[in-house]
Amino acid sequence: MIVFDKPKSLSDVPLHYCPGCTHGIVHRLVAQAIDALDIEKDTIGIASVGCSVFAYNYFECDMIQAAHGRAPAVATGVKRTHPDKIVFTYQGDGDLAAIGTAETVHACTRGENITIIFINNAIYGMTGGQMAPTTLPGQVTTTSPYGRKPEIQGNPIRICEMLSTLEGVAYAERVSVDTPKNVLNAKRAIQKAFQNQIDKKGLSIIEVLSTCPTNWGMTPNDALGWVRDVMMPYYPLGVYKDITAKGGNK
Amino acid sequence: MSNKVLMKGNEAIAEAAIRNGCLYYFGYPITPQTEIAEYMAKRMPKVGGLCLQAESEIAAINMVMGAAASGVRAMTSSSSPGISLKSEGISYIVGCDLPCVIVNVQRGGPGLGGIQPAQSDYYQATKANGHGDLHLFVVAPASVQEMASLTGTAFDVADKYRTPAMILADGALGQMMEPVNFNIEQKTDLPQKEWAANGHGGKRKKNIVNSLYLNATELEKSILKRFERYKEIENNEIRFEEYKVEDADIVIVAYGITSRICKSAIELARAKGIKVGIIRPITLWPYPKAALKKAAQTAKHFLVVELNMGQMVDDVKVSIDCKVPVSFYGRTGGVLPSADELLAEIEKINGGLNK
Repeated sequence: MIVFDKPKSLSDVPLHYCPGCTHGIVHRLVAQAIDALDIEKDTIGIASVGCSVFAYNYFECDMIQAAHGRAPAVATGVKRTHPDKIVFTYQGDGDLAAIGTAETVHACTRGENITIIFINNAIYGMTGGQMAPTTLPGQVTTTSPYGRKPEIQGNPIRICEMLSTLEGVAYAERVSVDTPKNVLNAKRAIQKAFQNQIDKKGLSIIEVLSTCPTNWGMTPNDALGWVRDVMMPYYPLGVYKDITAKGGNK
Repeated sequence: MSNKVLMKGNEAIAEAAIRNGCLYYFGYPITPQTEIAEYMAKRMPKVGGLCLQAESEIAAINMVMGAAASGVRAMTSSSSPGISLKSEGISYIVGCDLPCVIVNVQRGGPGLGGIQPAQSDYYQATKANGHGDLHLFVVAPASVQEMASLTGTAFDVADKYRTPAMILADGALGQMMEPVNFNIEQKTDLPQKEWAANGHGGKRKKNIVNSLYLNATELEKSILKRFERYKEIENNEIRFEEYKVEDADIVIVAYGITSRICKSAIELARAKGIKVGIIRPITLWPYPKAALKKAAQTAKHFLVVELNMGQMVDDVKVSIDCKVPVSFYGRTGGVLPSADELLAEIEKINGGLNK
């Protein structure tokens, strides 16, 4: 008999996310990885600022809520004082790739032995649909109402590509949760990102292409299609760095 | 290391922090406090601790937040412009009720200012070191000895009341050398922190360290609870020094390095028969209001002396309900007044009293 159970380390509370948002799927994958590796009792999660701010209510491990963009620095403070514990951050694109870029880059280059779950949905969800650092050229948001023009608003940032150049990064992979197959692949990647930490390999970051049907103004299904048709060509899925693989770097 | 040594003020803070059980230091270089980071970098590996140079002041204070949230004693240090950067993190640390120690070895401001000693962050330290309703426990050492002993006080008070504590020093105290006596070898009986987020171990419910309350009533409740602790700090932790106040017509109020110049000026004035004394606040928050109020019953004039444009004057006026005149003398931008300069000011005030 196959039972679709709630992962033990995912709290039994209603999530606040909008219908069709893929945060819920990613939360579940993180919880499944924590369960599979039996590390909930030793794990400290760092919630960030943005739609996932309430992540501290959704995981059963100890949680800390960090200031906007500062989760990797807070994670550094926890991990360096408790090197045998497991520390992960859960951050959106505004948090990780705009206001917290310095904290992200330097945690990566130091090779902090932590796991970063990075949700890229190309928009600011919580504040209601403003331009993100990852908003695509031409994409309409409330602060790029005529479409993002690189000559005015600048270019989007490709985080996995950039971070894969840094010595301290052990593993950087971009995944998606738009299809069951991709969800399974994301599950594997996220678990590997935690396993790397257990094995003291250095920093692992999993970038998840995610949806925001509410602020994209799409149905959940159309939003998944937009991830495939529009986001993936700009943000190709794949492994950008993996020191555990033989010649596995992209 | 023996217990009595000749040291720079900055080094005394660093050594005292380690002896008080702070094995985690996160910082960023800025004059005139860099010796703290350098000392930590040298000593920490030898005592099994960690000195980590962060990419910014912002990162450093957030590393302290992570360390404090997971239950250990942690410290960061900086000088004025760097403290402004830390303000965000300090506010979150208050909102999360985390104990830690922040050192500000002040230099002249605003902006990049200068690198000479100043006290122009008094307002920032005592009134608004970050957004929101908040206080820090603020101590103002006046000697290298106090740089060491008040570091221990700062850690103990921080842990006891779950509040960040600030050591508000200045470039002169940071750079000068004096003998210092470390009264403890190595503190080991550190307080237990059952609220810390360091892994529940399957033995307790999960801990959440958080400053977000979207429900206004809940947020108000959390602030009121914190202010009950602030009340306790006001009741229990005020520290000050009085010197020749008993018969004084003129009472000087000054803290930190400035109080020492004032004491020299007091000797010069006393030699000329002028009755002048000093109240030196050692805690700037909570403020020694009662001591000032008592002195105002007999004194005829209060003179505030600071290395700024008069940031403590209002606290003095409020403390004494404006009972007697309060005047101000200060130098700013990194300039220190001489004892003779202060004597002239005391003589001027004394002349007015006897008219």
